[in-house]
Amino acid sequence: MNTKTIAQANTVSLQGLKKWVLIGIALAFLGLFIVIPLIAVFSEALKKGIELYFAALTEPDALSAIKLTLITAAIAVPVNTVFGVIAAYAIAKFSFRGKNILVTLIDIPFAVSPVIAGLVFVLLFGSQGLLGPFLEANDIKIVFAVPGIILATLFVTFPFVARELIPIMQEQGTDEEQAGRILGANGWQMFFRITLPNIKWGLLYGVILCNARAMGEFGAVSVVSGHIRGMTNTIPLHVEILYNEYNFTAAFAVASLLAILALFTLVLKSVVEWKSRKE
Amino acid sequence: MKKKLLILFSALLLVWVAGCSNQEASTEGSNDKEGEKAEDPKEIELLNVSYDPTRELYEEYNKSFAEYWEKEKGQKVTINQSHGGSGTQSRSVIDGLDADVVTLALAYDIDAIAETGKIAKDWQTRLENNSSPYTSTIVFLVRKGNPKEIKDWDDLVKKGVSVITPNPKTSGGARWNYLAAWGYALQQNNNDEEKAKEFVASLFKNVPVLDSGARGATTTFVEREIGDVLLAWENEAFLALNELGEDEFEIVIPSVSILAEPPVTIVDSAVEKNGTEEVAKAYLEYLYTDVGQEIAAKNYYRPRSEEIAKKYADQFPEINLFTIDEVFGGWTIAQKTHFADGGVFDQIYQP
Repeated sequence: MNTKTIAQANTVSLQGLKKWVLIGIALAFLGLFIVIPLIAVFSEALKKGIELYFAALTEPDALSAIKLTLITAAIAVPVNTVFGVIAAYAIAKFSFRGKNILVTLIDIPFAVSPVIAGLVFVLLFGSQGLLGPFLEANDIKIVFAVPGIILATLFVTFPFVARELIPIMQEQGTDEEQAGRILGANGWQMFFRITLPNIKWGLLYGVILCNARAMGEFGAVSVVSGHIRGMTNTIPLHVEILYNEYNFTAAFAVASLLAILALFTLVLKSVVEWKSRKE
Repeated sequence: MKKKLLILFSALLLVWVAGCSNQEASTEGSNDKEGEKAEDPKEIELLNVSYDPTRELYEEYNKSFAEYWEKEKGQKVTINQSHGGSGTQSRSVIDGLDADVVTLALAYDIDAIAETGKIAKDWQTRLENNSSPYTSTIVFLVRKGNPKEIKDWDDLVKKGVSVITPNPKTSGGARWNYLAAWGYALQQNNNDEEKAKEFVASLFKNVPVLDSGARGATTTFVEREIGDVLLAWENEAFLALNELGEDEFEIVIPSVSILAEPPVTIVDSAVEKNGTEEVAKAYLEYLYTDVGQEIAAKNYYRPRSEEIAKKYADQFPEINLFTIDEVFGGWTIAQKTHFADGGVFDQIYQP
């Protein structure tokens, strides 16, 4: 009897030990790879005082980078939201030939390196590219100008919304829509009263991730930007430029904007997850 | 609750879309303004596409030129800058980056643009001194006290010496580095090309990372503290010394190095289209004036003007310099033999 309880107590404490060791490892890992770098960004940014921090953020080139990033996200996110919903709807609710090809195509931006994504646009729209001569004859600038940056961002952020929605929509099936149809709902009513309420948290989640990536994208944008100061630099590119000019404090100050965006995204994401679980 | 959230969400989406169309409207608006600007003789914009280490030079120079131009012509000029590895920048201009002037690290990168017809083939004769208003050379930057005792090119191929240089495929500075090492080896071995190839191959065995541009290589060496010696533009080495502390680095002058001539020219097709020919030409000619030469010297580029050179004589140590024409027969040949796909560099460098 006595020995039994001792043995039980032993296994419990052993399990407790195991639990804490695992938690400890996870926390140490997170601290080393996420928390410390995050703290480093802010401490470097504020190293020379809060005034210099704000000076770095309000300097004209920084403001223009922030503006360009906001414009890019303001176009890329809604466009990809609409396309994402349409694509996910088509894939989840209908069966048709070549569906798997469509799913694979949606995944391409995840699969290829962003640098390649950028190069594709240069090869298409650059002077030596397929459409280059036509664009130049009509004085339309795409690469090395704002449209190219928006296109590249659209490309790399395309899968976020669709990928988030496809499994949710597939899981829900078409039963509710069919019921709605029998009760006389038209297509729009069906979408806004049945489909959209069902996917809203997944959609919001996809939009948040899409936005974070749109603002933080470096590789693809770097290829098509041309790096003209104050004109075609987004926040990530501006950080690189400042860093390369030995302007480390300013570089980290601007980088801290992206870090704040990341933290904000995480908070939003947990709120969305919590809300959707509650329902 | 559910409904409320739905409404909230739709509202958010609407605001977003509205914001988006607003943005578009406002960018269109600003485009219109730019259109007006071009017609208005009061204001003009220039884009100078340059290589990595000239950031500080052109920041100072652009201000000086804008003042000069306004005084001279009563016209406001804004000069936009783009910097990167010289080869990368050349590629961007070929692909359509709308540069009015290019100020690159070496003649070949401008030749490559000229190949596409955007620049006249005889561009290098349009300005004095092969269109290179300033020169530079390649020196070594080592850590304080020179712990590995690096004195000359020979020391770079020793075991355990880690050398930082950017990638010759994308960086102009790196190509000068490479050719300087090659030229040194030729001198040491009675012009034996095979020996030179061996020497440069063993040098590149000591290179742990290849950054794409000179500035990237400098930050690798200086900030990330990788490597024992940085092969750098003289101006880049001085800048690192001044920006980041003389107590941390030293400049080592090798026994012999290469005379680097970074050339400048206008991009004919762009200035014609943008109506910037006059100001672009003046912009480059101003580099040859005493003011321009002095700004170059202050930023550690060796001035062409003898007068200014004399003034800054103690800043620039005397180095035994050879030119690319003497040793390699010019950039076109050097580029083809060494840096083209399948060239010597591809044969000796396997990452």
